[in-house]
Amino acid sequence: MNQLLVVSASPHIHTSRTTSKCMWNVVIALIPALLCAFYYFGIGAVIVTAASVTGCVVTEFLITRYMLGRESSIANGSAILTGLLLACNLPSNLPVWIVLIGAVVAIGIGKMSFGGLGCNIFNPALVGRVFLLISFPAQMTTWPLPSVNTWNYADATTGATILGSLKLGEINVSDIDILDKLTGMAGGSLGEVGSIALIIGFVYLLVTKVISWHIPVSIIATVGLFSWSIGASPVIEILSGGLLLGAIFMATDYVTSPMCHRGMILYGVMIGIITVVIRQWGAYPEGMSFAILIMNGFTPLINKYIKPRRFGERSVAK
Amino acid sequence: MKLRTFTIGGIHPAENKLTASSPIIGMELPREAVIPFAQHIGAPAACLLKKGDTVRRGDLIASASGFVSANVHSPISGTVAKIDKGTTAAGYRTDTITIVASDADHEADSASVSIPAQILRNEAQLEALTPEEIVAIVHEAGIVGLGGATFPTKVKLSPPPGMTADILIINAVECEPFLTNDHALMLEAPTEIISGVRMLMKAAKVDKAVIAIEANKPDAIALLTDVAAKIDGRIEVMPLKVKYPQGGEKQLIEAVTGREVPSGALPIAAGAIVQNVATAYAVWRAAALGEPLIDRVITVTGPELRKPGNYRVALGTPLRMLIEMAGGIPENTGKVILGGPMMGKAIVKLDAPTMKGVSGLLILPMEQARRPKTEPCIRCGECVTACPMGLEPYLIATLSRFSRWEDAEAEKIMNCIECGSCSFACPSSRPILDFIRLGKSTVGAAIRARAQQPNK
Repeated sequence: MNQLLVVSASPHIHTSRTTSKCMWNVVIALIPALLCAFYYFGIGAVIVTAASVTGCVVTEFLITRYMLGRESSIANGSAILTGLLLACNLPSNLPVWIVLIGAVVAIGIGKMSFGGLGCNIFNPALVGRVFLLISFPAQMTTWPLPSVNTWNYADATTGATILGSLKLGEINVSDIDILDKLTGMAGGSLGEVGSIALIIGFVYLLVTKVISWHIPVSIIATVGLFSWSIGASPVIEILSGGLLLGAIFMATDYVTSPMCHRGMILYGVMIGIITVVIRQWGAYPEGMSFAILIMNGFTPLINKYIKPRRFGERSVAK
Repeated sequence: MKLRTFTIGGIHPAENKLTASSPIIGMELPREAVIPFAQHIGAPAACLLKKGDTVRRGDLIASASGFVSANVHSPISGTVAKIDKGTTAAGYRTDTITIVASDADHEADSASVSIPAQILRNEAQLEALTPEEIVAIVHEAGIVGLGGATFPTKVKLSPPPGMTADILIINAVECEPFLTNDHALMLEAPTEIISGVRMLMKAAKVDKAVIAIEANKPDAIALLTDVAAKIDGRIEVMPLKVKYPQGGEKQLIEAVTGREVPSGALPIAAGAIVQNVATAYAVWRAAALGEPLIDRVITVTGPELRKPGNYRVALGTPLRMLIEMAGGIPENTGKVILGGPMMGKAIVKLDAPTMKGVSGLLILPMEQARRPKTEPCIRCGECVTACPMGLEPYLIATLSRFSRWEDAEAEKIMNCIECGSCSFACPSSRPILDFIRLGKSTVGAAIRARAQQPNK
């Protein structure tokens, strides 16, 4: 041994987790939902997903490389993840050019304008989705029907979502087959339809400790209790309108959710309440995206006022 | 039965206890011992010798200079070669004394350590010692906390007026990965440890002692439970669920008693005195054998080391000798750490001497020596989840980074115990604890300055 010793402050060992492993684990957790979407919505789902991911990755690459002059951050997987999550929030017959606009807004405005990974206040994929929802309301609310559109893309047969039909009074709660909602046999955006697939992803994220239970469980419990207390069907509310997708994959985004468990629970409860309020009394049949974005905006405040339990606050015996 | 542990935060680093079943091997005495006068928290001991003086093994060479200070004794017989500035392993310049053994001294010392030590006090005589006598023995023998903090043991046994403890907790948790020195000691000297614990109980005037051991050492738990039951029913051996930093004083007290030491207060405020298991053993040696603290058990370990093991080492032995004993320094060594990988110090010099607080020597290969690349904080909250003090490491690190000292103080930066859980858990490998240490030193200085202006 003739080289010099490395000297650094403790600790000298480090977790094997890395930022990119976390991102890739979320991507893996999305695979069941994506496969489900590809199965029910066919080629359109594949095209939308590919366009969204490509759009996000290229936008991030161009901005980091040529506007910021930084090393490319593509390898950490976060742009790919944003692309997948954006795709999950879109209908499968959305034209490619609209998907690309969504991707550019998601990464360019939602993420990079704040300084890139870790700096954004709002969930980039939801920024992209809501931008599209407001800009292209017609295209964003025509939902291809499942199973019948395997080889159709632009000319897909469309229909309304369950929440949309309920809101318009076209159908009743009793008309809805819960089993269809569980397996994905329902209209809606790509990633929201296969509840079982989403729950498989949730279990994977919990087992790999990418996320904790606090946010998803508090959202789902709040939506269930609140909708039950006002006479809506808790099961339908929970299984519809991207609630599971939002609770498991969107609201748990590290960057835009609170830091401590107490804060996470408050954040989840508020998302649940806002979602039900929008669904029941608002103009839109679905409120999840708005609820998450609103609470993203409150996250810094939650972090400021909701603190973890400090050691030494409790001095009496257990 | 559900095992107890502390409630807030904590992490599970890979245990890597490579030397868990290695017996303690006595290491050869050094020919030359370099002994710093400051081997403990508090004032350095005052030197009693001058160049050319001769000393015997175990003679006092420097005496405690103040209440928080400790005696220092000679680990070998020989002649004082020099008293000058030396460099500790951590790179600090400090006053040291160098003792060189002649061939005759070396042979005589080596012969005396190879035979069983003579008993100075038998069981009955140990039993007859008063609390004051035990404290005096601990003080004379220069015993300090051997878990690594090196707080003079006498001070812990002398609580401030008006404060009393009702429980003595023996810290045998050994939550640092790689280290097994306490484990090996428990397997080798259970009776002596229990005897030491009984003396500490008497000195601390408590009627209850708990020896806390993490559940990854079932053999030590079984052995000590057995021995304690035979000797003293007031001593309970408590297995704890494996979690880092359970050996932290505050975490351990909470795990064992459920009481939390209030922010800024001493453990005695929660009615507990915590002593390391090796300290209890050192107390037995001092009382029963009349031997001061001149050696200790050290785990020399590392993934590439040929003969990792637990060694009984004379203080003052150059660290290089320990590594040679363990098979020599591996070719691709990148980092040498004094203590465990979570809280140990990376060292600059292999020629520096062994000191009282050294519990392990960890040799890491180059590929594990450097930190992973720092990436942007993704606000995942892992540091908050990991922090055993319930702090927000990301926040106080950032406040320190931007010199917002008042805000850092308000966010309880001084409560940080520097266990390293936050930096360990960070998936972006951010230097969280580094910034917190910076903040603690600045905020601590500001608090001390305020205390000197009471009217402000």
